[in-house]
Amino acid sequence: MKRVGEVQSSNYLLAKFENLVDWAVNSSRANSLWPMPFGTACCAIEFMATAASRFDFARFGMERQAFSPRQADVLICAGRLPFKLAPVIRRIYDQMPQPKWVISMGACASTGGVFDNYAMVQGIDTIVPVDVYVPGCPPRPEGLLYGILLLHKKIKGESLFDAVKRRDEQPLDDKGLRLPPETIDEISEPFGNSVHQFRSS
Amino acid sequence: MIPGAVREAVARDGEHIVYVTRERLLETMTWLKETPGQEFDYLVDVTAVEFRDRERPLEVVYFLRSLKRRVDIRIKVELAPADELAVDSIWHLWHGADWLEREVFDMFGVTFKGHPDLRRILMWETYAEGYPLRKSFPLRGRFSRAEQVRQALNANPEAHYSLEELSIADAEGELPEDMRERLLKGERGKIPEPPASNP
Repeated sequence: MKRVGEVQSSNYLLAKFENLVDWAVNSSRANSLWPMPFGTACCAIEFMATAASRFDFARFGMERQAFSPRQADVLICAGRLPFKLAPVIRRIYDQMPQPKWVISMGACASTGGVFDNYAMVQGIDTIVPVDVYVPGCPPRPEGLLYGILLLHKKIKGESLFDAVKRRDEQPLDDKGLRLPPETIDEISEPFGNSVHQFRSS
Repeated sequence: MIPGAVREAVARDGEHIVYVTRERLLETMTWLKETPGQEFDYLVDVTAVEFRDRERPLEVVYFLRSLKRRVDIRIKVELAPADELAVDSIWHLWHGADWLEREVFDMFGVTFKGHPDLRRILMWETYAEGYPLRKSFPLRGRFSRAEQVRQALNANPEAHYSLEELSIADAEGELPEDMRERLLKGERGKIPEPPASNP
C-alpha cells in the first residue's frame, strides 16, 4: 500500500482494491490451513509428532486436521506411495475443493527415495501437482514446520485475480497422466546407489 | 507313512525339514494333520524360494506346528524348472492357506490347484509385468516408469474386492444402485499370462 505524497493528513491510505482483497483472503487462507494427512509410512510418525503438543502445528493455524478430503485444503503425503495407492491419492486430490495445496513430506514421497523398485511411485509429483517438497528420511518436525511456513509464504504471494494459478488439474489425455510420459521417465531416472542396478530386460 | 512320498528328510540344528514329492503332497499333509501322534494342526506359513542357480528347483515351503505337541516341521516341495509351476492347494486342510497361497502365486507365479480364489493379493489384479520375486524379474519392473504410472492410475481399486472382503455383504440391500451393480459385476481385470522368462 502506498501513501500518496500530495495529501497532508496521514490518517488514511490508498491502495489497489485487488491488493486489499488478496491480502485479506490470502492471510485468512494461509493462517488457517486444514491439512489432510495421507500417512503411509514412518514420515507419518513424524507428522504426528509435529501435530502433537511439543511442536504443535496448531500454532501456525493448522488447528483442525481434516480426515475427509472434502473439508481439507492441504494434502500432506507423509511416506512412500506404492503404485497400488496411486489412484487413491489421485482421487483424494480430486475430491478436495479449490483452493488446494500439496506438501510432499520426505524423500520417498518426493523422489521414491530408497525404494527404486517395481512397486513404488518415483515421486508423487508424477500423480498430483506438489507445492512444497520437504526433504529428510524422515524429516524432523522442524523440517515439516519449515515446509508449512514456506507454503504460507507461497499462498500469501498468490492472487485471486490470476486465474491461471487456481485452475483445476486436468489429465493430459485419456490415459490419466498429468505429465508427458517422457517427463515421467526423465524424473524417475535412477540416482545415487541405484545407478549401479540395471533394468535387465 | 505314505510310500514314495518322502524324497529326503533332514534334521539339523533341531529343525526338521522333509522334502515331499509334488504328487504326494496333499496326502502327506492330510496324514500330518490327522494322524494321532502327528497332529500338526497349525499352518504357520506358506512361502517359496527361488535360487540363483538356475538348475536348482524352486521350492514351495510349508511351516507346520502342532500346538498340542509343541513341535514344528518344515515341508518342502521342489518344482523343477522344466516342469509346470503347480502344486495342490492345501486350502481344504487349513483355510488359513488361502491368502498365503495367493501371495506365493502373486510373487512367484506358482499355481495352487484346487484353491477356491487364486488371484493376485499384493499387486493389483491387472498387473501385467510378471511375478516380482522371481530371479528373472528386473528390480524396477519390465515397463517404463511412465507406463507403470499410467497402468496404476487406470487400475480401478474398488473393482478388485468382493462384497465379502469389503465386509458390507450384510448391507447389500442398502447400497446405492450403481455401487451394488459394480460390486456384483466384479469388474475384475483379466489375470495376465505369465511373461516369457528371460534367456
